[in-house]
Amino acid sequence: MSAQDLTTKANELVEEFALFDDWMDRYQYLIDLGKELEPLDEAFRTDDYRIHGCQSQVWLQPVPGTGTVSFKADSDAQITKGLIAILLRVVNGQPPALVAGTDLAFLDQIELKEHLSPTRKNGLDSMIRQIRLYAGALAAQSTRTDDN
Amino acid sequence: MASESGTISADRLSAIRADFPTLSATVHGEPLVYLDNAATSQKPLAVIKRIEDYYRNENANVHRGVHSLSQIATDAYEGAREKIAEFIGATSSREVIFTKGTTESVNLIAATMGFGQIKEGDEIVVTEMEHHSNIVPWQLLCERTGARLRVAPITEEGELDYNEFQILLNERTRLVAVVHVSNSLGTINPVRRIISDAHGMGVPVLLDGAQAVPHMKVDVSALDVDFYCLSSHKLFGPTGFGILYGKEALLEALPPWQGGGDMIEEVDFSGTTFNELPHRFEAGTPHIAGAIGFAAALEYVESIGYDWIHDQENDLLHYATSVLSGIDGLRIIGTAPKKASVISFLLGNAHPYDVGTVLDRMGIAVRTGHHCTQPLMKRLGVPGTVRASFAFYNSRSEIDQLAAGLERAAGMLG
Ligand SMILES: Cc1ncc(COP(=O)(O)O)c(C=O)c1O
Repeated sequence: MSAQDLTTKANELVEEFALFDDWMDRYQYLIDLGKELEPLDEAFRTDDYRIHGCQSQVWLQPVPGTGTVSFKADSDAQITKGLIAILLRVVNGQPPALVAGTDLAFLDQIELKEHLSPTRKNGLDSMIRQIRLYAGALAAQSTRTDDN
Repeated sequence: MASESGTISADRLSAIRADFPTLSATVHGEPLVYLDNAATSQKPLAVIKRIEDYYRNENANVHRGVHSLSQIATDAYEGAREKIAEFIGATSSREVIFTKGTTESVNLIAATMGFGQIKEGDEIVVTEMEHHSNIVPWQLLCERTGARLRVAPITEEGELDYNEFQILLNERTRLVAVVHVSNSLGTINPVRRIISDAHGMGVPVLLDGAQAVPHMKVDVSALDVDFYCLSSHKLFGPTGFGILYGKEALLEALPPWQGGGDMIEEVDFSGTTFNELPHRFEAGTPHIAGAIGFAAALEYVESIGYDWIHDQENDLLHYATSVLSGIDGLRIIGTAPKKASVISFLLGNAHPYDVGTVLDRMGIAVRTGHHCTQPLMKRLGVPGTVRASFAFYNSRSEIDQLAAGLERAAGMLG
């Protein structure tokens, strides 16, 4: 996996969204992507996995042991869930160091960046911070293992 | 779709809308439909101009200078207090304390009552429909003093359960603190009855009037209320300014709260004496433009007239209730017979956040979430609601747009 993959995946999404010229269709597509999101096990829909401070609830579960970034997540709001699906599609399977440093600028191009504002209270901004944090920790861990 | 109702002249409404520059804004390329008036109201030109004029021509600190400009600013500032006192029916401007808003007004009373007036074992009565700002200050007071917060329940319709409320009043009750109009449900509480029953037990009453004054004439003397709290920004005035009305004798009995300039008579390291009411509770340089701007807002409201405001909002509330009830799967939360122009609802199983987001794309501004009333949401068994709240400058056609927006949202989110 490389930066190429992350960019390719992001570009794929940008292209998919470019097919719609109306915001309603874009949102509809977003909602549909959310519906296809791999379900989060009920056991992880708890306070321990919840991202706090949001109107819509967001749960994020790091899936251990793969060496690459791997998350499952869910939300009780459909638009938030769609945005989660997009984010996970781009970051899952990537090298941790890469994810820890990415700026996810592609979201700008699909005109969804407004949803990631920290003041928006949908939890996505906090979720991205959490993802980067986990990825950073994972990267540090694998460096240590490499040293051994 | 619908025409404006017969009683409301379309000409008058469009003239009034022209007074509010923000109402002509566009959002995502669509004309703004502003239905979040319970969060804050838009400001008329009269207020904007008055504030600009103050900063351009009259700006100086108040109560301090011998120079003319300071005198002009002080006259405008204290003139505002007179205007506000008259507007709410206070007996004297000494009873009108300037604060940052409703929240600070409640906190002022909760903090100062904690110095001796409220003790361990005493009780404070609130209701299940309070805003957090009329819950948390009392919880803090109870923690500090060992007093107990008693909560009067509400019915499924969102009305105060009056029998239960009465049962809670007892010889330990030291204060009743109740919301006059619920921000989440629109319910208008029976405040005259509450005040008379509490007074019958010798208990003073504090009303959170943040959502009442935008909709109805409030006369504190006629109500015989002991403390009344309100925010300028919900009544077409600037943010960061509000009022604590208190009966003079009750305010006199409270110790000072925050210390600083303006609230003192004489400061000495051997001891400080304090200024008279109302200044005793106003430490530091105040929000001068806030007071002056708020007085301009009250003059504006008078020029419209509460009768007209009432008729217009009543029409909007009934029209919206009937139009929204016709939407498949829409459930109105809060159906008290006496309501201000606020409608909370849920759209099928859609999350309020999703509904609000889709409406926003169409230029329609509503509030979603718990509306700072989490205990109320819990009581009603909902995670939150979508809330449309109307001011007198809203129109029936905006409600039609809301309904059309909700139909589209339902289609997307179903
Ligand atoms: C019923 C009620 N009480 C209190 C407040 C708090 O007002 P402020 O934030 O202006 O202090 C609000 C405003 O949201 C309200 O609606």
